[in-house]
Amino acid sequence: MKIVVPVKQVPEVSEVRMNEETGTLIRDGVPSILNPFDELAVEAAIQLKEAHGGEVTVITMGPPQAKDVLLKALAMGADNAVHLTDIGFSGADTLATAFTLSEYIRKMEFDLIICGKQAIDGDTAQVGPEIAEFLSIPQICYVRKIEISEDGKHVTAHRETDEGYEVVKAKLPVLLTATKGLNEPRLPNIMGIMKAKKKPFEEVTVEILGTDPDLLGLAGSPTQVRKVFPPEKKEGGIVIDGDDPAAAVKQLVEFLTKKGAF
Amino acid sequence: MTLKFDIDACTGCMLCIKVCNFDAIEKDGDKVKFDLHKCVLCGSCEEVCKDDAIKIERKPIDKSKLADYKDVWVFCETVGDRLRSVALELVTKGRELAIDLGEEVVAVIIGQDIEKHAQTLIQHGADKVLVVDGKIFADYTTDAYTIAMTSLIAPRKPSVVLFGATGNGRDLAPRVAARMGLGLTADCTGLSIDDERQLIQTRPAFGGNIMAEIYTATTRPQMATVRPNVFKPGEPDTSRTGDVEKVDIEVSPLQVRTRVLEKVSEMVDGMISVEEADIVVCSGRGIKDPANLALPKELASLLDAAVGGSRPIVDLGWLPPAQQVGQSGRTVCPKLYFALGISGQIQHISGMSSSDFIVAINKDPEAPIFSVSDFGIVGDIFTVLPELISEIKKVLDAR
Repeated sequence: MKIVVPVKQVPEVSEVRMNEETGTLIRDGVPSILNPFDELAVEAAIQLKEAHGGEVTVITMGPPQAKDVLLKALAMGADNAVHLTDIGFSGADTLATAFTLSEYIRKMEFDLIICGKQAIDGDTAQVGPEIAEFLSIPQICYVRKIEISEDGKHVTAHRETDEGYEVVKAKLPVLLTATKGLNEPRLPNIMGIMKAKKKPFEEVTVEILGTDPDLLGLAGSPTQVRKVFPPEKKEGGIVIDGDDPAAAVKQLVEFLTKKGAF
Repeated sequence: MTLKFDIDACTGCMLCIKVCNFDAIEKDGDKVKFDLHKCVLCGSCEEVCKDDAIKIERKPIDKSKLADYKDVWVFCETVGDRLRSVALELVTKGRELAIDLGEEVVAVIIGQDIEKHAQTLIQHGADKVLVVDGKIFADYTTDAYTIAMTSLIAPRKPSVVLFGATGNGRDLAPRVAARMGLGLTADCTGLSIDDERQLIQTRPAFGGNIMAEIYTATTRPQMATVRPNVFKPGEPDTSRTGDVEKVDIEVSPLQVRTRVLEKVSEMVDGMISVEEADIVVCSGRGIKDPANLALPKELASLLDAAVGGSRPIVDLGWLPPAQQVGQSGRTVCPKLYFALGISGQIQHISGMSSSDFIVAINKDPEAPIFSVSDFGIVGDIFTVLPELISEIKKVLDAR
């Protein structure tokens, strides 16, 4: 079974802070990590390889330092890595990102593509389905459980819905997106980290990809950011002491009634 | 945009003829030919062609053509026998946008036996309802719904298409966007029309640390998914009238590549969805034991509220995943949010910070939840909650 896992390097969002004066993000000193949902996807791919044989290729599009997340996935147990890196890829929105990744993936042999459900910096959940569409394959999004049929031709997945989940079956090749509960990603061990450096690693530029540069990066992105600003601050939040619960609650309920909150 | 047909690559399988809803492809010897006057570039044939003989070239549209695109569309999702509340919220918001543009609001419903919802949508602000009804649409599938949406959008050229940012909305919208080569903005919390008649789409990023205003520079329609509960549905106006148009869209079972074998509901004891509720009572680690959830559940039932949980308690299995609020669960924006024994990690805050009123009860005065709350009580939830329940009972009884 040949599995492709598109991954993204993201800032550790819980450590991103705003510069209150300039209204910009302070990214200095914020560690970069493998997107946690992509970690679930990498783990799922490795588990399927362990059960059914095959090969796991991780692919990312990003600046030179994004190499780190590919090395992490290789250390976890992926077999090959592809790094699409070029200034011509930068500024891509979800459509251009998905298109770029699909332009590389379409030249590969694959049975399954597993993505994280979304990246924790942008939270869009769009790149996975858009890759599936560009490759003309079906998608099952937000999966918590993956089963491959005995003949290795079908996948059955538990897809999270707003009410619970549904069991969905499809013929391979399929793109899945991984959500929480799918597995517990392993930590790379020392052996894995040593081996990762020796595994096949391909760097791909715009020229190597061979796609019309007008369809990539900022030029290929229909959506554009016009303005970035800090979220409105909550003004005048009240915090009171609850040592006398009855009195505190009275104040709270009066406040809520006055505001018409219930 | 144009359709390129590579006749040498075509193997004459004729699948494209079967999937065309616009009668634009016909058999031509052992190959096919296209009538580009009928073709609307919906992409159904490109999707089904195994030989890569059909390619729709999607170049950004010429600015002078933008005026050809008119009307604000809302994809109105149904669940079981009802419309999702976000459908009415978006029709109401769509009405505002349409007034600013001097255009109409068109609601789109896809499913089986769903025409009955058309009047509700009109009463909430739709000028027209497009109904795509058929057995193949009974369950949501990415493929059938994508074909329906692209087949509607391509010939009718709306200027805006909005989807609720629900599980299905976030599955469908990017698929439609990629098929038609369109820009798409996810999870918007603000929408407006600027001086150049463009849709300005505001959304949070970086876990809610920053807001971004996004516009769709080069493609039409302008597409966005919108978080449930951000906009409030208007009161229905029973005197409003509108057109209802049934549109036949043929989808063959062969085109639907996924099959729903089973649907499992994890909603317990009439538990309300955290995304749709006006009030959410959410508990965190401070609740200590699953048996103690009886208190927040009692508060929730008094207020017709949804019972939510932070990640740690859902991970422990104390509440089903569908009730988890936060980045790895659901994003909610109710009118009133209770954070009970929740410290307020950024992953939680990004899932609830746009609620109208936030009440936090926590023992730790330094808990970050107090920085986003409108009213915080530093105290023990086990002494404060029983008082709160009895005080709210009093107020409700007096009404």
